[in-house]
Amino acid sequence: MNTESQQVWQPIPEKPPPSLSIGPVGWARKNLFSTPLDIALTVLGLYMIYVVASAILDWAVFNAVWRGTADDCREGSRACWPFIQAKWGQLIYGRYPLEERWRVDATMIIGVLAMIPMLIPAVPFKKVNAIFLFVVYPVIAFFLLLGGRFSLPLVETPLWGGLLVTLVTSIVGIVGSLPLGILLALGRRSDMPVVRMLSIGFIEFWRGIPLITVLFMASVMLPLFLPEGVTLDKLLRCLVGIALFSAAYLAEVVRGGLQAIPRGQYEAANALGLGYWRTMLLIILPQALRLVIPGIVNSFIALLKDTTLVLIVGLFDLLGIIQLSFTDPNWSTPNTANTGYFTAAVMFWCLCFSISRYSQFMERRLQTGHKR
Amino acid sequence: MALPTSSTEDSGAGRLLSWWRNPEIRGVFFQILTLLIVIWVGWTVADNTIQNLNRLNIASGYDFLEDTAGFSINFSLVDYSEESSYGRALLVGFLNTVLCAGLGIVLATVLGFIVGIARLSNNWIIARLATVYVEIIRNVPLLLQIFFWYIGVLRALPNPRDSLEPIPNVFLNSRGLIVPTPILQSGTGFVFAAFVLACVGSFFLWRWARLRQQQTGQQFPVFWTSMAMIVLLPLAVFFLAGSPVSLVLPELKGFNFATGSTLVPELVALVLALSIYTASFIAEIVRSGIQAVNWGQTEAASSLGLHRGQTLRLVIIPQAMRVIIPPLTNQYLNLTKNSSLAAAIAYPELVSVFAGVVLNQTGQAVEVLSIVIAIYLSLSIVTSVFMNWYNAKFALVER
Repeated sequence: MNTESQQVWQPIPEKPPPSLSIGPVGWARKNLFSTPLDIALTVLGLYMIYVVASAILDWAVFNAVWRGTADDCREGSRACWPFIQAKWGQLIYGRYPLEERWRVDATMIIGVLAMIPMLIPAVPFKKVNAIFLFVVYPVIAFFLLLGGRFSLPLVETPLWGGLLVTLVTSIVGIVGSLPLGILLALGRRSDMPVVRMLSIGFIEFWRGIPLITVLFMASVMLPLFLPEGVTLDKLLRCLVGIALFSAAYLAEVVRGGLQAIPRGQYEAANALGLGYWRTMLLIILPQALRLVIPGIVNSFIALLKDTTLVLIVGLFDLLGIIQLSFTDPNWSTPNTANTGYFTAAVMFWCLCFSISRYSQFMERRLQTGHKR
Repeated sequence: MALPTSSTEDSGAGRLLSWWRNPEIRGVFFQILTLLIVIWVGWTVADNTIQNLNRLNIASGYDFLEDTAGFSINFSLVDYSEESSYGRALLVGFLNTVLCAGLGIVLATVLGFIVGIARLSNNWIIARLATVYVEIIRNVPLLLQIFFWYIGVLRALPNPRDSLEPIPNVFLNSRGLIVPTPILQSGTGFVFAAFVLACVGSFFLWRWARLRQQQTGQQFPVFWTSMAMIVLLPLAVFFLAGSPVSLVLPELKGFNFATGSTLVPELVALVLALSIYTASFIAEIVRSGIQAVNWGQTEAASSLGLHRGQTLRLVIIPQAMRVIIPPLTNQYLNLTKNSSLAAAIAYPELVSVFAGVVLNQTGQAVEVLSIVIAIYLSLSIVTSVFMNWYNAKFALVER
């Protein structure tokens, strides 16, 4: 026997891939410079980034006025940050009295502290937390913000403004509209023709008209609807309008969740002898609502952006307060308006973007839970 | 064995359920109850309104539409003066809404498709840029963007004497966008007729080509042929008729442009903001629509020997459009509704003319708002009727 045939066959080691197709160089060749068109697009893209980024950075950082007075902001085109520093209190609290502003801070801090454990899935005691957040907290917030009881001086809502009004309108709007939205969604899928038609009519009515007409209705038509002597203040009227408006949108979101529940769940509940309300409350809604959390969050983001419209009917939300502060003669410089809008845009963007990221995270988490 | 029969024997088996446990009777009862509550609420509201109107001495009824409006509107597509009626003002507002919604829809669709396709680009930088565009624009309130374009950008433009001239004879300044005015002379009718003829011709060409492809499998370049027809035929007629359209070029006289047509800055700002904002949503719709087409479709097309362009045109896009069109229509409707934000910058569209000025002058809140609401509702009903028709016609037939 030949000893050489006994040798185990050994392949020669693989050659490394060409150095131009691996590592950062390979990545760039594949993703940035694969064809002549690709190269042109890359150059164009880099040029666009350069133009936009340098313009924004120059305006907002390098050439900006960081310290000083209105006189420093009169020349050139650059951000005027002293304006924001001077108006910061108004942007957050509106015309809320200075010595009472701790109440707004306290409300926000309690709210954030109660929200954080709610948002992190791993933290236990969700039920207690939810009861506190949705039942106890609104009562605390109401008395803290409005006052008039417990030796807190009354702060009328026309004095509220800025971020406070933006948050109050959007949060109350979404939380207040959720129960009505769920009822409408159930009504739309009901077997009773009268209930179904009424729900469809309600939903399609509010979804068909722009929010601005809803706010006009709330501010000029709603007082006519109420009996003589009953008056609601402007913020409350807008809240009613916003809640009805967003209820219609939430109803469609919830309906999506209801439709996603397999029919077997309804049949199983019937087989157990549960009636309609118990089927819904114990079996269907807990599953459906969990499915539509991302949809509800998206509605919340849309509402948060839409609440800026209240400035058209004369409430001063974040954008409204900024618009109002432009009229301050001490700060009438050519750079005031853009600085104000930039600040508002950054604040709204941070809020909306972080919420939408959280909603995407929840979506992924919920999807893994339902994978078959 | 003693079975516990007694209780069921007495009250249950054989007898009907008590009537209040009968689902049908309960259903009827609840429906009547709901209806009564709704009627009661409606009655109370109507009653309160009538009392309040009487108390405040506000007239009711729609007669005010005939009255003289007495206010001027700075931008209108039809003849309007202070002597015109409120009804005429309504028409002006409605046409202005249609104008800015129409312009916005075209621009938003073009921009949205570009950005949506760019998000799927193989080029890393282009894809990232498109993502950044979408994430920034759709997370900033539309009203803020309108203010930004109106006050931040257009107000900051130079005054008419130092106008920018991006395209020859098109001027941009703080008073708006000034373009040459086309003057139609006799013979324009032929050009228009040629255009209509070309459109009708393209339609029949498309039908013939489809039929031929179904029968023989041969394709015909319908798109390019019809494009050539629609562009070239009117153009040829235009020159044959001796160029019947002349342009009046904008001319600076004193401090402002005396000739030329002006697009007011409010309209420019509104259209820019609406189309840029809506484009970010359309881009997402386009991206998800294209991604929704199964990768197997592309592979199947390749194995049939279609090249990349054919795959896109014949396989991917027809299927993607089925996913894209319904939410796209929704976005068009949203854009139209969002055009009401013009009230904030006083562009004279439906809400700002009618729910703003006319409401203030007449005080007839119920009538004025009901007209505005009726117009928006009919727009949305038309859209949803179209959507239902589209879904019925193009929905995938599932096995």
